[in-house]
This record gives sequence, C-alpha cells and structure tokens, in this order.
Amino acid sequence: MRRFLKYHESYVLIVIVVLAIAITSINKQFFTLENLFDLLKSYSFLGILAVGVLIVLVSGGIDISFTAMTSVAEYVMAIYIINLKSNILIAFLISILVGIALGAFNATLIHFLRIPTIITTIATLNIYYGLLSFFSGGKWIYNLPDWFRNFSVIEVIKLVNREGIGYGLSIVTLIWIFVILLAFFILRYTTLGRSIYAMGGNRISAQRVGLNILRLHFFVYCFMGLLSGIAAVVHALLVMNVAPNAIVGKELDVIAAVVLGGANLAGGAGSLLGTIFGVILVALMSNGITLMRVSSLWYNVFIGLIIMVSVSMSAHQLKIKQRQRAVIDVE
Amino acid sequence: MVAVILIMSALNPTRFMKLSNFQSMAFQMPELGLLSLAMMITMLSGGINLSIISSANLSGIITAIILIKYATPKAGSLTVVPFILTAIAAGFAVSIVIGLANGLLIARVGVSPILATLGMMTFVNGLTIVTTGGYTLSGFPPSIAFIGNGVIAGFPMPLLIFIACSLLLSLVLNRMALGFDIYMLGSNWLATLFSGVNNAAVLIKTYLISGLLAGAASLIMISRFNSAKSGYGEGYLLITILAAVLGGTSTTGGFGKVSGLVIALIILQIISSGLNLMGVSAFFTLSMWGLIIILVMAANFISVKYQQKKRKTFKRV
Repeated sequence: MRRFLKYHESYVLIVIVVLAIAITSINKQFFTLENLFDLLKSYSFLGILAVGVLIVLVSGGIDISFTAMTSVAEYVMAIYIINLKSNILIAFLISILVGIALGAFNATLIHFLRIPTIITTIATLNIYYGLLSFFSGGKWIYNLPDWFRNFSVIEVIKLVNREGIGYGLSIVTLIWIFVILLAFFILRYTTLGRSIYAMGGNRISAQRVGLNILRLHFFVYCFMGLLSGIAAVVHALLVMNVAPNAIVGKELDVIAAVVLGGANLAGGAGSLLGTIFGVILVALMSNGITLMRVSSLWYNVFIGLIIMVSVSMSAHQLKIKQRQRAVIDVE
Repeated sequence: MVAVILIMSALNPTRFMKLSNFQSMAFQMPELGLLSLAMMITMLSGGINLSIISSANLSGIITAIILIKYATPKAGSLTVVPFILTAIAAGFAVSIVIGLANGLLIARVGVSPILATLGMMTFVNGLTIVTTGGYTLSGFPPSIAFIGNGVIAGFPMPLLIFIACSLLLSLVLNRMALGFDIYMLGSNWLATLFSGVNNAAVLIKTYLISGLLAGAASLIMISRFNSAKSGYGEGYLLITILAAVLGGTSTTGGFGKVSGLVIALIILQIISSGLNLMGVSAFFTLSMWGLIIILVMAANFISVKYQQKKRKTFKRV
C-alpha cells in the first residue's frame, strides 16, 4: 500500500474510482459496457493528441500548436479525398505527411533558433491557424465520401444491448490503442525513448553524454505532428465534417489531461499510464456531469476544481517528500 | 517602432496618419495593455498567469450585476454614485480574491504557476458562465460608459488609466523593495530565499497585483462594450504573452521592463490597425503576429550569439 501511494498515477486512479462510484450511484447508465465503449470512442481523439503532448512534455518542451496542425492536416486531407480518388490509407498518409511537415517546421525553429518552445508553438499556432482560416475562408466541409463514412462505423467487437440495439468497440478506439502501444514501445524499449527522458531531465548533460539533440528534437516534434495527423483523420471520422475552427482552442484541455496524469511540465518525467488515466479522468468528468444531470453550465467549474485539487495534492506530496529528504541531510 | 509607423503610413498614405485613427488605437490598446501588465509581472517572478482573462471577466460580471440591480439609468444621478462605487469595489474584491487564491496555491501549496492558474482559469471561467447563464448583461448608468469611452483634454479615459497603472507598476518594480524581490525571485529562487527574502509573501503579492491589474482591465472592458459576458476577450490570452515577450520579458523570469512592454504594445496595435485599414483579413493578421514573434526571437538569438562571439574573441586575445 505504501509503495502504491508513492506513485502519482495511484492518486489519479483513486480519484477515478471515487468519481466512477459516485456517478454510478446516481445514474446506473454509467456503468455499462455501452457507455464505456462510447466514451472510449469519443475520447480517442483527445487521447491520441495526449500521447503526443506527453512525449513533448517529457522531452522538456511544450507544444501548443498541435491543434492547429491537426486542423490543417484535417482540412488538406478532406480536400484531397473529396477531389481525388483515394482510400482510407491514403487519407491517413496525407494527413500524417502534413502533420510531420508542420512538426518539422516547429522543430527547426526550436532547435536552430533556441526560441523557448512555448513561444515558438504559440507563434506557429497562430501562423498555421491564421493561414488555414485565411485560405479556407472559414468554410466547412460536409460532403465527405461514402467510403470514409462507412469506415467510421466499423465496430471490432459487436454486442447487442437489452433493447436490441447494437453497439460495439469502434475501430477508432483501436487506432488509439495502437498509438499508445507504439508510444509505449518507443519510450520504454528504444534508445531513442530513453534519450528523450534524458534530454528532458537535463539537456546539457544529455548533450555531454553524446546524445544527438538535433535528432531528438526533430523526432519529438515530428512525432507530435504525426499524431496530429492521425488525430485529424480520427476527428473527421468522429464528427463527419471538417471545420477550420473546430479544434483550435482545445489545446489546454489536452495539456491539462496529460498534466493531471502526472507529466512534469519541466520535463523528464511522465508516464503513458498516467496520461491514459488523465484522459479517462477528463472523460469521466464531462460524461459524469452529463449523466448526473447537472446543468452543463457547471462543467467548467467542476473541471477547474478537480484540476486544482489534484495538482495541489501532488504538489503537497512532493513537498512532504522533499522535507523528508532534507531531514536526512541534516543528520 | 518608428520603422513600423513609417511602413504602415506608407502603405495607407491617406488614412493611417489621421488623428482619428490614432485615437481609435488609443481606445483599443489599454485593456490589452493592462492584461499584458498583469501577465508580465507574473512572468518576471518566473511564473505565468493564465487566469487573467477569466478573472477580468468575473469581476466585470460582478460589477455589472450590482450596477444593473441598484444603479439603473433612471435613478437620480447623485443617488447612484455610492452604488457605482460599491459595484466597482466589488469587482476589485473579486479580482483580489482570485489573485490571493492563485498566490496561495503557488506559494504555499507549491503548485507550479502554469497548472495553478490553468485550473483557476477553468474554474473562474465556469463561474462566469454559471453567474450569467451564458447571457450578456447590459444596461449601465452613463457614468460607467465614461470610463471606457470618455475623453479628458483629448486623451481617451482608458489610455489615462493605462498610463497611470503602468507608471505605478514601473514605480513598484524599479523603486520598491517588492519589485527588486520579484526580479530576484525570477532569476534565482534559491538565492533569493537564502538572502532572507520571504519568497512566499513576494509570490502572493505578485499574483495579487496581477489580479488587481486584471480587475482594472475588467472595468475598462465592461464600460467600453457597455456590457459584461463570459468569454469576452478570450483571444487576448496568447496576445498578452506575445506582448510581454516582444517587450523583452524573459519567459523564465527575472528580466523585463514596463517600458519595453508598452513599446511592444504600441507596435502590435499599429500593425493590427494598419493591416485592418488595408482590409487584410483578421486571420491573416493573426498569422502575421505569429511570424513577428518568431522574427523577434530569432533576432534576439542572433544578436546574443553575436555578442557572445565577440566576447570570446576578446578573451582569447
């Protein structure tokens, strides 16, 4: 138990469990496989982006521009698949290529000009989003091709509920799981992944050890771009229309989810498990508020409170830990 | 700055150099300016305050609610005065409470500023939605509109408020012990602690001042629009960071001046007004701003590198 309490993830898990029990006690609808699958589907988009943000945070940077990258990738992809013959793979490919290109632009600025990442990405957010809105004229795209529509309703596991309505685990969730596994493999089992942690922990020592910072920067920001590309297709699959302004403005939600999951904004720390928990927590909160029949006006009040309480808890924990260490120093 | 003015007046020969244009710029700048000052002071201490906009909105809404309830335009002009003052005081009280809460979370609990204020931003934003129900509050007595739209001796009232606030802030930062402590705290937390400064108290005061500035901004905001609503000026958040950074405030804390911020604000305002007069889309302006940040930062980087090189060669000799 004591070891369990050492990890930040455990606290998030406790909050999740308490929340889940509270919601279920008020509305039985919550604890059904149907609702769960539904949640997993609608939060795949946020979850995919959260994985990218986690890696950027671990590397010691921050990326605010991912929402704009996603929007641009989504728009370009939509225009391509409407006007040219293509299939779902090509859609992903186009979207990912656009994302990587934009990510590479971020990486170039960050690496060669040494601009703080938060400023660079705020700037590129404005550039990408501004140019997208300027050239698209803010037009929405509705007429996505049929094969795209058909792909979105594929369900991997098919079940039927008591009223005889079918439901299942969406393919979109599968994409999210694939992304998580990929990131898990990279962060855990490759030199690249461990180097990212090293760079986030202390950039100068990482450089002295001989890590190629240029390569790491490019990998981190291009990977964020890649995931933005995937998330772009997922978003289009989920909402079935493409609007230039649909995603921009949600960047803090994603960052909040990742940070709730224990990633350190100063870099070098953060786990995938924590991030997944963070996303689940955010999903639970918004879903729970709906199911508890609380007016949606209160949504932000609750989210804000939960963010404040959970970050205070982990900060307090850290303080206690440091105090203990200080005592040992004196002795 | 001079270069920017020249470029803009060359591009709009007839319209840019008019007094009315400058006056409209002077009306637009102060609220953004006050919010940028609120952002800057926390950045000086090595933190950041994301909750300024929502805090300004909440104090605006509280002021508006009291005004609408007790100080309707029909009531006699003199009997209304105490209510207007209470309303304004209540608005400031709200911003003080938010500032204090931020400061306590950051200094006493030890939450990182970006997280604490992110949570506060979401929370306060939620409160603004709950209190207004998403509607716009309007119908203030005319004397309130004067704060936002009045002119004293040719100077717009908001500009005067902004000038007063920035002078006060630069006085605090440059001439008072508190200002010195804020700068020290921003450049080296531990060294400041060991030199006998009460870091927590300084941080709390920093966020308190930041909240107060947001409160002042809210007053201008509601009087200029003659209404209050949740979500006013949401797009300002990134621009306040941009203005502070353009003005030379370091994102890691410790460096930055009010004068730099003011110059950056004027440049930004001239660019946006100029582009607006040329009929350029607002979105294009947005991307121009992004480009400008990068150019400024690049120029900074190159000049720093150049100086370092110079110093190095000097050493070798």
